Amino acid sequence: MTVHEPPPAAATIALALIVNGEPRSVQAGPFETLADVLRDRLGLTGTKIGCNAGDCGACTVLVDGAQVCACLVAAAQAHGADVHTVEGPGPDGITERLRRAFLVHGAAQCGICTPGMLMAATDLLARDMAPTRAAIEDALGGVLCRCTGYVKIVEAVMSVSPLPDVRGAGGEGARSPQKAPRSRPAPAGTGVPSPLPLSHPGEGSVGARLPRLDGWAKVAGTDKFGADEAPADSLWLRVVRSPHARAAFVLGDLEAFRASWPGLEAIVTAADVPGENSFGIFPNTKDQPVFALVEVRFRGEAVLGLVGTREAIERIEEADVPITWTPLRPLAGIEAALADRALAIHAGRPDNVLTRGQLRCGDNPAKAPAQAAATVEGQFRTRFVEHAYIEPEAGYAVPIDDDRIEVFACTQAPYMDRDDTARVLGISPGKVRIRPSACGGGFGGKLDLSVQPLLAVAAWKAKRPVRMVYSRIESMASSTKRHPAQIRARASADAKGRLLAFESAADFNTGAYASWGPTVANRVPVHASGPYRVPNVENRTRAIYTNDTPAGAFRGFGVPQAAIAHECLMDDLAEKLGIDRWAIRRLNALGKGDRTPSGQLLAASAGLPDCLDALKADWDAALARVAAHNAAAPRRRRGVGIACMWYGCGNTALPNPSAMRMALSRDGTLTFFNGAVDIGQGSTTVLTQIAADALGVPPDAFRLVIGDTALTEDAGKTSASRQTFVSGKAAMLAGRDLRRKILALGNVGESATIILDGAVLVIREGEVRRRIELASLATDADGLVLEGQGAYDPPTTALDADGQGVPYATYGFAAQMAEVEVDTVLGTTKVMRIVAAHDVGRAINPTLVEGQIHGGIAQGLGLALMEEFVPGRTENLHDYLIPTVGDMPEVAVKLIEDPEPEGPFGAKGVGEPALIATAPAILSAIRHATGVTMREVPVLPHRLWEALRAREGSR
Amino acid sequence: MTAYFRPTSLDEALAIRAGREVEIIAGGTDVYPNKATRAGWGRMAHKDVLDITAIPGLDRIEEADARWRIGCLVTWTKLIRSSLPALFDGLKAAGREIGGQQIQNRATLVGNLCTASPAGDGIPNLIALDAEVEIASLRGTRVEPVEAFLDGYRHTSCAADEIVTGLCIPKREAEARGAFLKLGARRYLVISIVMVAGVVEIDSAEAIAHARVAAGACSPVAMRLRALEARLMGAPLGAVPALIRPEDFAELSPLDDVRASAAYRLAAAEALMRDLLAGFADWRERRAA
Ligand SMILES: Cc1cc2nc3c(=O)[nH]c(=O)nc-3n(C[C@@H](O)[C@@H](O)[C@H](O)COP(=O)(O)OP(=O)(O)OC[C@H]3O[C@@H](n4cnc5c(N)ncnc54)[C@H](O)[C@@H]3O)c2cc1C
Ligand code: FES
Ligand code: FES
Repeated sequence: MTVHEPPPAAATIALALIVNGEPRSVQAGPFETLADVLRDRLGLTGTKIGCNAGDCGACTVLVDGAQVCACLVAAAQAHGADVHTVEGPGPDGITERLRRAFLVHGAAQCGICTPGMLMAATDLLARDMAPTRAAIEDALGGVLCRCTGYVKIVEAVMSVSPLPDVRGAGGEGARSPQKAPRSRPAPAGTGVPSPLPLSHPGEGSVGARLPRLDGWAKVAGTDKFGADEAPADSLWLRVVRSPHARAAFVLGDLEAFRASWPGLEAIVTAADVPGENSFGIFPNTKDQPVFALVEVRFRGEAVLGLVGTREAIERIEEADVPITWTPLRPLAGIEAALADRALAIHAGRPDNVLTRGQLRCGDNPAKAPAQAAATVEGQFRTRFVEHAYIEPEAGYAVPIDDDRIEVFACTQAPYMDRDDTARVLGISPGKVRIRPSACGGGFGGKLDLSVQPLLAVAAWKAKRPVRMVYSRIESMASSTKRHPAQIRARASADAKGRLLAFESAADFNTGAYASWGPTVANRVPVHASGPYRVPNVENRTRAIYTNDTPAGAFRGFGVPQAAIAHECLMDDLAEKLGIDRWAIRRLNALGKGDRTPSGQLLAASAGLPDCLDALKADWDAALARVAAHNAAAPRRRRGVGIACMWYGCGNTALPNPSAMRMALSRDGTLTFFNGAVDIGQGSTTVLTQIAADALGVPPDAFRLVIGDTALTEDAGKTSASRQTFVSGKAAMLAGRDLRRKILALGNVGESATIILDGAVLVIREGEVRRRIELASLATDADGLVLEGQGAYDPPTTALDADGQGVPYATYGFAAQMAEVEVDTVLGTTKVMRIVAAHDVGRAINPTLVEGQIHGGIAQGLGLALMEEFVPGRTENLHDYLIPTVGDMPEVAVKLIEDPEPEGPFGAKGVGEPALIATAPAILSAIRHATGVTMREVPVLPHRLWEALRAREGSR
Repeated sequence: MTAYFRPTSLDEALAIRAGREVEIIAGGTDVYPNKATRAGWGRMAHKDVLDITAIPGLDRIEEADARWRIGCLVTWTKLIRSSLPALFDGLKAAGREIGGQQIQNRATLVGNLCTASPAGDGIPNLIALDAEVEIASLRGTRVEPVEAFLDGYRHTSCAADEIVTGLCIPKREAEARGAFLKLGARRYLVISIVMVAGVVEIDSAEAIAHARVAAGACSPVAMRLRALEARLMGAPLGAVPALIRPEDFAELSPLDDVRASAAYRLAAAEALMRDLLAGFADWRERRAA
């Protein structure tokens, strides 16, 4: 038996480099990348790794004054170099000034791209202190951001004034970055002082443009994402995955293999799973194994794990691992899975149909109503879409006392992670602690388990901490996607344009495992006819198993796909009836007092008519502008399009509770225990703003404890646009609860003010002024003297067999218009302008709400024009394209606040609504520009070109 | 374990190259992504590496009597910021469209050529510029036209013991200008669906004295369009866009892939070429104005 020698110690070289102005020397492998040297050898984890291939720019640093991808620079090449990273002030303090601008402008959401953005912008400003917008785009063009749509990033860079402002936020820190910034400290718990005032004294904080409370760590590069920390004695886990979409396999002599590799401590397989070797979202759909047993159902499925030192596991060739594959013919795509005699992918689902969903109201719409003046129909198709969060999944697990485990990882759903990890280990949920890392983007993709059960099983077997970081390819090949959809839909309207009937049948490719397939199948029927009054509706859905990558949750759970269909039909009807596209939507828009197709009465907060009205002037102006441009029949034709959407906040007709807690301790510490994970959307800030106003204190009065299953209550998952609405309500109730208790102590009325002055509570009501020494109150075991609790579960009902009932407590509404320019010769589309009007109930923090909308628009643009995940073909960020800063149009956001009485201070969700209208608005604009109706996305240039050519041919 | 050599002289580097199988690394913008792609599916081993970036003198752009010489360590950024004449405008335009600035700051023109990707943006320009490749080994130095150097799909004539030391571009007698157009599915960081490059020399009568035009991403190796070149000869500048014929592109053999269909690539190549030539005509008008 061969034993592979460990690498010779002399394989490293002595590197000397200057990092952020300080000489550093370190031993490193010459071919190691600068990114690894900075992160692993110098502990500068502010430099992020999103792809290791130059595609994302997250690792951007300055080397000898020029921005480079640290993942493409050999350690040996950095010898003697002058390196600037996000941790430093940058040349002339430029990074420091940009940092503050990013914070004020809300340019960092999840923060994973922020270090790269800051360094790219530093490179620019060091050369040119007054850059044009084009120069900014050129400089930032190599850094991808999936959250912000780049709008606030560009604004932030532009705001850094040409001359250092010695009085403003930039000046002082820029000169002496080590000095603690002047203004008041951030809430304890965020770890770093914030240089900005966190509240506006004398005003409520709801509605204020508060900088993110967790923002400083993001712009300083000190936030800890999944790959940024692990115990020093951790072993590394590398997972071997199936290269086949469907195959049977046999494992060989793994023990002999292990013994032949010094440093390879263990190999974990299905046999090592102590509990159930399966996980999944719903109790009856836990169909995905942690490690495959004898067969794999998609390319990228985990087969076994190599656990050992990093050097050891990174040396092993996969071809040498004793796995014997028997590839089988995969069922790729919906047609194959539904074909006669197609094999069943899962026992128990002989027809490969995972779930069906339906909604029916009124008469059978197939019998087009007699008064129908127009009936239109179409077939629509969308593809797999990748979340492309810039942070690949990462984390570590630590076994404790032989019977417990702690997992630190990026996630959107810590409590679900806890329960499934416990199930996999065969222990009770109470013995699993999930500590969410900072989450570098989620968008639904981090609602499923990824590294958690793999790490847990590996750490359990190795009896040591184990860490892992997915490679970009591994992340893209194995994580869930947006469901490809095939939709047939038909709509009819009377001569005035009033909708009479809508009918649709949608098949969703759910891939090899269930994931959130049932949610998509249940949510879509409710929404599929669009945000309109329709008396007769029949919507049916199916989620189909295939041997493709599992599809799960992605911003909108199938509704974005359905919106492409219903909005196209609205344009069809408008065209057929000779009605303006805006007008037909306005005529049918759901509003207050209307009933939805599920029979739900919209008693309040249904602001779609207001959204449309807010667009009207822009719409008319754009139509005129476009007509003038096109008058000369130019090659580059312009068009304007419009689309509406609605989206139910929270789970569909299922309980959806959240609980929040806050407590005062005897020393005067006011702690907000907030179990909602902030994935960049801003729940940490928004919920604190709500809690602050409910209690009657400034938001910086709180110490924050965020999302830790051992310390916080279950706030549910960060999905379905529910955290502001559901957890926000719980936070409001918790704040009110504590306020009530404090006021009772002071024996004062509702209008009293509360001031926390050290360990003394000062309560004032008119002339009355009371001081309560907290230490004088009865104390519980944790040193707490007063506690406020809030729990909220939105009022919904189950749906009957026809999908009738109250599936959601409230809905977000929006209308967006898009202006495009199409090169009719090349088939390329440039989106020039988007105006987005969103009814958000109440904008708790307008900066954050706008940020959500900008980011949603960018993702909608990607969905419309460029994003297509093809398993095995586009599993990296150079073949899978997401919009860069240069693809973003000018964006105008109009916030409509039609308060939701159920929501906290009137608020409801915006996370998913942001994206849904964008793609159909762009398709509508392309059609307006060219006369060609695209029913398939993405509209890649060659697809539009083919459609244009087909139309020429048919003329 | 991958051995890593970083010699400080060309002779040393050539000796290493002659002595063992090594992969050359310059800017690393192809070497590292390729490594990550292999590692993504468990291919972890890497050839020994020869880092040529510590060799002095290879990063220069030099002018001699009849030619310019671009050293093998010249990066795209260095090229873009250089004061080379309009002949190089196409090559510079390609540089500005390669990746983002992070890539342009590291990536070399010669590395782009040696990777020999059908979608390498530098390549059609080098063909249009009639560039020659200067190749050294312990056996001596040889010079080869770029078109011959690129001898197959992702393949060059650079032997295992050779290092490309630079590119030579002949000067033109007449006024000359280069141009480049790229089509991708997004702005920045995008692999070309199709690109075209051209260099024209203009005589005193405002007619084309000489033209070299090429298309990329439409064949295993970027290709000159000789029939079109011949037709352009002597044509007055303003008339050139109209001279294009579909058969000029007959030799291209584009593929269907995730980025585009073959039929589209052909049509796009033709459309881009028309735009490129129209650009030459405009340029003339702008100069006259
Ligand atoms: C994110 C990203 C975006 C990109 N976008 C584009 C794009 O839009 N258009 C485009 O054309 N390219 C693009 N590229 C690729 C481009 O950066 C490279 O082709 C680059 O020009 C190669 O130069 P390098 O110095 O980095 O080469 P390296 O990676 O160092 O080497 C490339 C290859 O050439 C060989 N080689 C290098 N120098 C020599 C030499 N002197 N003699 C012999 N062999 C040598 C190496 O062995 C290797 O095989 C992109 C790359 C990345 C990472
Ligand atoms: S570009 Fe270096 S990590 Fe993505
Ligand atoms: S903030 Fe840019 S990727 Fe999240």
